[in-house]
Amino acid sequence: MSLELIWYVLYVIIISGYAILDGFDLGVGMLSPFIAHTDTERRIMLNAIGPVWDGNEVWLVLGGGALFAAFPLVYASLFSGFYLAMMLVLLVLIGRTVAIEFRSKRESRRWRAGWDLVFSGSSFGITVLLGVALGNVIRGVALDQSGTMDVGLLDLLNPFSLAVAVTAVAMFMLHGSIFLSQKVEGDLLDRVTMLVPRLMIGFFVLMTGLIGWTLLRTETFADNYRDRPWIAVFPVLALAAALTAWRQIRRTRYFTAFLASATMIAALLCAVAAGLYPVMIPSATDPAFSLTVHNASAADSTLTVMLVFAVIGMPFVLLYTAGVYYFFRGRVRLDEESY
Amino acid sequence: MSTELLDRIQFGLTVSFHFIFPPLSLGVGLVLIIFGVKSVRTGDPRWRQLSTFWVKIYGLIFSMGIATGIVQEFEFGTNWSAYSRFVGNIFGSLLAAEGIFAFMLEGGFLGLMLFGGTRLGNRLWLFATTMVVLGATFSATWIVMANSWMQTPQGFEIKDVGQGSQAFMTSFHDVVFTPSFVPRILHLLAASWMVGTSMVLSVGAYYLLRRRHVELARTMIRVALPLFTVLAIAQVALFGANQAVEVSKQQPAKLAAMEGVYTTRTCAPMYILGWTDQSTQRTTGIAVPCLLSFLTDQNFDAPVTGLEATPQSDWPQVNLVFQMYHLMINLGMLFIAIGLAGCALWVWRQKLWTNRWMLRVLVASVFLTELATLSGWWTAEFGRQPWIVWNVLRTAGAQSPNVGTGQLIFSISMFVVLYIVVLYTFLRLLDRQIKQGPPPPSDEDEIASLPDSFGEIFRRRSRVSSGVD
Repeated sequence: MSLELIWYVLYVIIISGYAILDGFDLGVGMLSPFIAHTDTERRIMLNAIGPVWDGNEVWLVLGGGALFAAFPLVYASLFSGFYLAMMLVLLVLIGRTVAIEFRSKRESRRWRAGWDLVFSGSSFGITVLLGVALGNVIRGVALDQSGTMDVGLLDLLNPFSLAVAVTAVAMFMLHGSIFLSQKVEGDLLDRVTMLVPRLMIGFFVLMTGLIGWTLLRTETFADNYRDRPWIAVFPVLALAAALTAWRQIRRTRYFTAFLASATMIAALLCAVAAGLYPVMIPSATDPAFSLTVHNASAADSTLTVMLVFAVIGMPFVLLYTAGVYYFFRGRVRLDEESY
Repeated sequence: MSTELLDRIQFGLTVSFHFIFPPLSLGVGLVLIIFGVKSVRTGDPRWRQLSTFWVKIYGLIFSMGIATGIVQEFEFGTNWSAYSRFVGNIFGSLLAAEGIFAFMLEGGFLGLMLFGGTRLGNRLWLFATTMVVLGATFSATWIVMANSWMQTPQGFEIKDVGQGSQAFMTSFHDVVFTPSFVPRILHLLAASWMVGTSMVLSVGAYYLLRRRHVELARTMIRVALPLFTVLAIAQVALFGANQAVEVSKQQPAKLAAMEGVYTTRTCAPMYILGWTDQSTQRTTGIAVPCLLSFLTDQNFDAPVTGLEATPQSDWPQVNLVFQMYHLMINLGMLFIAIGLAGCALWVWRQKLWTNRWMLRVLVASVFLTELATLSGWWTAEFGRQPWIVWNVLRTAGAQSPNVGTGQLIFSISMFVVLYIVVLYTFLRLLDRQIKQGPPPPSDEDEIASLPDSFGEIFRRRSRVSSGVD
């Protein structure tokens, strides 16, 4: 296995880690206006992610740093090419962070309602923008010979990318509701568990449709799945995991349902990554201009140093992430320190 | 306006706004560790009460740091894509290391720290706090490493690849330990601790002026004032001086700009206040003769290289760098005076607690330390211009070629509006939190019942009763 491939795999792991962890807290943010009826219920939902949301978001920061280091040309092309979209991502990321921190600091109803709106709106915003970005990457962008592109905000909003964004919204809402089922109780739990099957059906339909659409419209995908049929294991695993999640929810085994939902997300992202490989950003202008794992990666000296970092750092990260989740397990109890 | 200038304005604005918060949380974090250690050692509930109060303020500051910090990581790619392509092999790996070693540590333990007051015993809470502060310190270390490589680059070679030239790492050790790294990180950490301790002084003095929470306020000052004073002296005499020596060796043009030295000379003076005009190449003001020579070489007759040794096209904006530097230096001197005066009044029959003038100065101190830290950072960054990587890559041309004026005006306006709203709200909430004051001391039995070792956490069943589990 070449260093480039190792880093591609590691990168997919980081992105999956982000989608699994921040995915549920974005989902909670999006669900909040629909299922929380009282201020206490809103606070319970907010505090369900309270001790962990920041750690989850760090995976996005790590994703940015790792992309910069391991695939600098992808980082430079993607971030500058999607300039306005990236600025909007920053806007909603900042809005969400301060909304979580500020919301419960004052009793005023208008104050709280305002920040609730920012919290849920920005949770939608992040999911939609990241979905649209992923959609455009799968679809291919107007990359020229020098590896630059200038994609307007409106060009980004094509039907395929919007479909990816809608699917991402459904996926995170589903994932968030499964997470919440471990965290809330009483009426709120009833509402959450009622919602799960509906979200599941909606997501199922969207996901199946999107897989079909991707294979039809993207040649790299179709070729990759034809030449390396074993990678079909990822979409199949995603479907199996989705079904398992459903079964476990019905048996009120919420934790295993959550693990299944997390597996589903990781499997779907692996399915995309395997379908694109070795391309990272396909050029719609000319396939020869595409940025690939080979022509966009950092030098071996950098990749080696980074691999050492990953090998030293990752076990610690997993250890304390697991520790913190273990400590805050169980259903939410509000106290004077809560958000 | 050129896109380069707009890119610089945006980056300067966003990074300066961000830079208000990390030093504050590093410094307040240090004080929280001291409170935690006292709490463990003495068991006096007063320390825990102080921790509970300051952890809330810490949370507010920290969230601002997170919110504004992620912007920079995006901006290297969005606004400086040519730079990113050139340095990705080096700079990117330092940012990634910051993510994995620093942010993950902070992010992991932050929840335990912020919500630990009602969930953790003294020891475990101190542990969580220490981990978060350690994470923040690692973060500062990696980012100063990355920035120091831009100031004094080494351990790389430039090779021409298909899409232009790129820097390749030849020695990781050299990249990390550039000559400016150690002096700069020491200077920055000391500055951050001063910002944090002055924040604690400021709040304590405010309570004393209002005659509220008098005992707790005195405790805050008793912890923060000696630290602040020692740091203020060490900052000027050791860390600051050490960094000036480093700059004179590694970036002589920057040092020349800091003091407005145009022709190379011996017995160079150091200005207290002044003005310099790079078109006439003249510097006027009040100066101490030969002090700059002494500062850079411990010898009053040592030669100081003037800007004449550098082509004019490679000069920074001399007066800007000069003014920022002198603002920092003068504030640094003022901090020594404040610290010593405060300690003297304290020792001298406890006058400090009632001297309203001194207390007012202490209330203002946090704004001054913030200003000094920012002006120091501006000195370093404006002084590096016109290079984005010193003597290797110019700032002009390092921006994203595909991002136009319209997009930049949009994003700059967005940040200006957003940051004004966020800063205003932050200050209002901070003010409220301070006015609310510390919470009543918690029940000692309750604290004793909280888990205080790793074993206890694992032995305990989930605290929350639930019908489903």
